[in-house]
Amino acid sequence: MIRTPLRPLARILDARAKGQNPDTIERENLAVRHEAMKDKARLQSERRLFFLAAGFFISFSVIGVRMGTLAATEPSELRSTTSDTEITAQRADILDRNGRVLATNMVTHSLYVQTADLIDPARTATELAKIFPDIDPAAMLRRFTDGRSFLWVRKVLSPEQMQKVHEIGDPGLYFGPREMRLYPNGNLAAHILGGAAFGAEGVDSAEVIGTAGIEKQEDARLRDPAQSNTPLQLSIDLTLQANVEEVLATGMKTLNARGAAAILMDVHTGEILSLASLPDFDPNDRPAPALTGDPSDSPLFNRAVQGVYELGSTFKIFAVAQAMDLGLVTPDTQVDTAQPFIYDGFRINEFDNHNYGPTKSVSDIIAVSSNIGAAHIGLMIGGERQQAFLRTMGLLDPPKVELAEAPSARALVPKNWSGIVTVTASYGHGISTSLMNLAAAYATIGNGGLKVTPTLIHSDTHTPGPRVITEATAKACVMMMRRVVTDGTATFADVPGYGVAGKTGTAEKPKKNGKGYDAEKIINTFASVFPASNPKYVLIVTLDEPVETAGAKPRRTAGYTAVPVAGEIIRRIGPLMGLRPEGEGSMASLVAYKDPVAQE
Amino acid sequence: MRPLLYILPFFAVMALAFWAYHENYATQGQLKQMARLQDQIGNLRDEIAMQKAEWAYLNRPSRLRELASINFDRLGLMPIEPNQLGMANQVVMPEAQPLIVTGTTETSSTSADQEQIP
Repeated sequence: MIRTPLRPLARILDARAKGQNPDTIERENLAVRHEAMKDKARLQSERRLFFLAAGFFISFSVIGVRMGTLAATEPSELRSTTSDTEITAQRADILDRNGRVLATNMVTHSLYVQTADLIDPARTATELAKIFPDIDPAAMLRRFTDGRSFLWVRKVLSPEQMQKVHEIGDPGLYFGPREMRLYPNGNLAAHILGGAAFGAEGVDSAEVIGTAGIEKQEDARLRDPAQSNTPLQLSIDLTLQANVEEVLATGMKTLNARGAAAILMDVHTGEILSLASLPDFDPNDRPAPALTGDPSDSPLFNRAVQGVYELGSTFKIFAVAQAMDLGLVTPDTQVDTAQPFIYDGFRINEFDNHNYGPTKSVSDIIAVSSNIGAAHIGLMIGGERQQAFLRTMGLLDPPKVELAEAPSARALVPKNWSGIVTVTASYGHGISTSLMNLAAAYATIGNGGLKVTPTLIHSDTHTPGPRVITEATAKACVMMMRRVVTDGTATFADVPGYGVAGKTGTAEKPKKNGKGYDAEKIINTFASVFPASNPKYVLIVTLDEPVETAGAKPRRTAGYTAVPVAGEIIRRIGPLMGLRPEGEGSMASLVAYKDPVAQE
Repeated sequence: MRPLLYILPFFAVMALAFWAYHENYATQGQLKQMARLQDQIGNLRDEIAMQKAEWAYLNRPSRLRELASINFDRLGLMPIEPNQLGMANQVVMPEAQPLIVTGTTETSSTSADQEQIP
């Protein structure tokens, strides 16, 4: 590059000749040169800025487009790595204590229609009506053509139905995968499991939510994706449950009862091995709750947990246990049973107007079930202490078992615990509570006086509850209850070898109009612990309005209804639980089996 | 010498490119196979779940009870009775047979030691 000189000689000489200052020429040229240099530098930086901007623009565009595609496309699973954790189902299975399936999931399909894709709506509607008889073809066609673009036809399909729908061959019919809750055992343990239904539904999947029972109570646990592969193990034993339900159903039928319930519980852990309530239902096809009439008549009603009943004489043992714990009585103390006994204007009667003479020992009061004797024991204790004790035993609170229905089973207790309440509560009248509470309280007596919290969840570890009554009292109570079975009101439950100890209870139902009691409508309860020598299990059996008609006169006391049913249950389930009978019921002798072939 | 210096890297680059493409396709093939296997595993898991459900359904107590009563003539199955349980010492064991030795057998090992090896 040739630089233009700052002082070109020709112009300098010219300027000198004209008498001008030649330095101005130099400055002028310098200014021009600086101007040119500035222009060049500006251009350069403009170019740099342009490239920089272009670079940023391109990179941001690339990132933006990538983000856009990621957001707009269907997410795909990363499939290059093998996963050890298998997510098989969206809802965990429910197993019994031996690992047998109580509830699981099944893959099936739902049927929906995109009306825009339908080729022949009229034919599709008639063909669908042939497969599903409850579909009205005219109504279906109206729904196809009233302008909506999408509609559900069926929530779940059987494989046969799906094949038939396939054969219609209309492209507007679509199938969406569905995971369906399946209870393979049908009606068995229906009240424990409750049921499940579809919640929010989409085309590709639908959420399954528990609607009742343990499915509702443990819904969050069952739906937790982290635990969906670990089944929920219940304390229920399927075999025992099946046997209890079978015997109970037979008993209910023979005795013409409206309903029946049974609870079998481990006295030490509070684990419920069987919980039955009849009539029952199929959780696979849970009926809609009845909107009219008494909800307790519905098969959905869980009599063992939801039902609160006056449990009658089964409460007498609590009064006796407390009185013994307080040192007021011993099993041999004589208590006033003289008739008539009028308290506060109310006449207290014995059942069937029996008269048990002027005095009876505490043990006899339990054996013959004397109301007046129990009332006197209750008065010795006093209302305040009695109420506190029944509360400690958990009889005045809703049962704490893992069922959605449990919290609603509030005990009906008089607001004002007056003297007459103390008297009637001693023999189980005037206060109503859940059978589950009764089972837990009997378990406390059975296990030697430790409080028991009933549970349906199986656990290998167990922390014993606080002591409620002394071990000696609990043992004495079991012995008194054993007398009820050997020579009291519950002789039909004396299963040879199992040493059943228990207490009967017959309570008349309050009349619907709230005025007094109905002598023909009774609730029979038998609460038992066995074997008496070292109680392991508690069994509560309740029948609603049973009547035993084998004799000349219909009999409605627990001794003829709930007791034989309970006895048969114990006879059936004892060996299944591996209980070896003691004494008279044990096997007489064994003869060695000799193989006839080997003998020769 | 100089052309060789240009040609050799060129071939090296070609060879490496070939190798890289080959690896790329092999990887994609493996990924596809993996996806196929994952699908298969998923389907098998579904089937296992279904089989389990069916097993539970076929073994439901009400069906077993029915089967037991239908086949009562052949099997004679009855509910288990309390007196079927007993203690192990109630079981009559077969009498111990005395060990009968026939003929004479040299069982002592001491005499074997005394034998002289010629």
